[in-house]
Amino acid sequence: MAEWLSPEGWQAVRLSLWVAFWAMLCSLPLAVAVAWLLARRDFWGKQLLNGLVHLPLILPPVVTGYVLLLAFGRRGLFGPALADIGIVFSFRWTGAALAAAVMGFPLMVRAIRLSIEAVDLRLEAAARTLGASGIWVFVTVTLPLALPGVLAGAILGFAKALGEFGATITFVSAIPGETQTLPSAIYAALQVPGQDAVAARMVAVSVVLAMGALIASELLARSLSRRIGASHA
Amino acid sequence: MLDVSLKHRFAGFDLDVAFTAPKGLTAIFGRSGAGKTSIINAVAGLLQTDYAQVTLDGVEISTLPTHLRNVGYVFQEARLFPHMTVQRNLKYGSWFRPKAGRDFDRVVALLGLEPLLARAPLHLSGGEKQRVAIGRALLSNPQILLMDEPLSALDAPRKAEILPYLERLRDEAGLPILYVSHALAEVARLATTMLVVEAGRLRRIGPTAEVLSDPSLANVLGLRAAGSLITARLVAQEDDGLSRLETAAGPVFLPRVAASLGALLRLRIPAQDVMIALQAPQGISALNVLAVRIEALRLGEGPGAILTLALGEERLLARITQRSVAALGLAVGQEVFAVLKSVALAQGDIGG
Repeated sequence: MAEWLSPEGWQAVRLSLWVAFWAMLCSLPLAVAVAWLLARRDFWGKQLLNGLVHLPLILPPVVTGYVLLLAFGRRGLFGPALADIGIVFSFRWTGAALAAAVMGFPLMVRAIRLSIEAVDLRLEAAARTLGASGIWVFVTVTLPLALPGVLAGAILGFAKALGEFGATITFVSAIPGETQTLPSAIYAALQVPGQDAVAARMVAVSVVLAMGALIASELLARSLSRRIGASHA
Repeated sequence: MLDVSLKHRFAGFDLDVAFTAPKGLTAIFGRSGAGKTSIINAVAGLLQTDYAQVTLDGVEISTLPTHLRNVGYVFQEARLFPHMTVQRNLKYGSWFRPKAGRDFDRVVALLGLEPLLARAPLHLSGGEKQRVAIGRALLSNPQILLMDEPLSALDAPRKAEILPYLERLRDEAGLPILYVSHALAEVARLATTMLVVEAGRLRRIGPTAEVLSDPSLANVLGLRAAGSLITARLVAQEDDGLSRLETAAGPVFLPRVAASLGALLRLRIPAQDVMIALQAPQGISALNVLAVRIEALRLGEGPGAILTLALGEERLLARITQRSVAALGLAVGQEVFAVLKSVALAQGDIGG
């Protein structure tokens, strides 16, 4: 089994999972917060925020990668300041995670926003009459009831991060062992004559991971909804 | 004690009411869309009105956010949290209000919730859900209880299941209750004070019996539903299964009333179930005939007329046709006999 994929291949798979995991974990709280704002609050600039969140979905990934480079590159807008406090993105796996997080963000926000909007406002009003302030209403009522959607969003973000290519390669290149994730490894293999079989095997791994994530998300969401009850009492 | 003054401009109408709700149960009565729910939503802080002044036990609360107002709210639909058991629903308020939840055992007993505690709200019946919702509101240690048609989603047997609990609540819990309803029978049975709202305005506020016998309100209350409450004292349980009750205008007989002798009871007599006779009727099966005086006579727009009949300090409404008024030559001040076709017990012991 180990020889089925080259050591470099397995390294790319491990790195991809690692990068996608951190990308998902770090962006999840922000995605929940933004989704809640979009679902439950009216404020000046709401459409602007909505547009900004969705931008990575419609921009060419190479543009998103370039913007990240301008902002967080070694000589970027925030790069030097962040480097001073020990946070470096450029040409590190952290940069790959950042790029993956940004690209997956709109998908996560969309899924979570829909599930928050589906939570009955009347239950939130009931919680307020029982003494719960805004943040407690969210923690004790909104979030638990939106949990299936939040998990689905997280897994969707994870799957998207696994497949991210354009922004990542533009922002942090494809350094084996540091920033060469599965898609860039596949791309690299395709550039070399005679490596078609290697590429095909990595494609197979990629498909299995993506399908696994989607099935897991579906199962989780279903079991959670069953526990909460299909109709809100 | 609750003082409320509200003004708000809605798309269809203006809400403009001011009233004081004393202790006991104050019913806000009116047709759908009259603004009843808006009033209690404004008291709870769930509706931001253009102008609001709400004083609860001398403290101005209209500037506070809902969660700091110390109101308990029972909604039309129970609104139980589906992801929590009944027990956790009941204790929800105690997470936020330090004094809340102390009466847990007493409230659980009052509402008969013991067998439900471990259950999930999803699998409760409508009546059970509403009892849990009432318990949950009570256990959040409120200074006032707001109820928005808590029985309207329930069928008759479920209503009958909850009504006694509401009566005990009114009599034992000692906190003021603001109760929105468009069901007159419910209001007649439960309310100490009654507030009639029509198109966003306050038409009338007063003791329930007085408001219910006000003929000028007959169109708001609904002609068929219009009636009145009179008080009667249970004086004897007779051998043939009837109970004898003494009113200000003579005895009334009802099928066995389960109350102790001497108890004061409220009787509800729908206006359309009162006939008028000039002489004490002879050879008639009706048992309940009261000697009354016509205090007011109001001709309606259709063929009907509404008579206000005085028996001592109390008022009784009778709805008859204008043809009968003319045929009998009825006039204000005349002494007549009211033949009661139906009398119902409106409510249990009302004390003193």
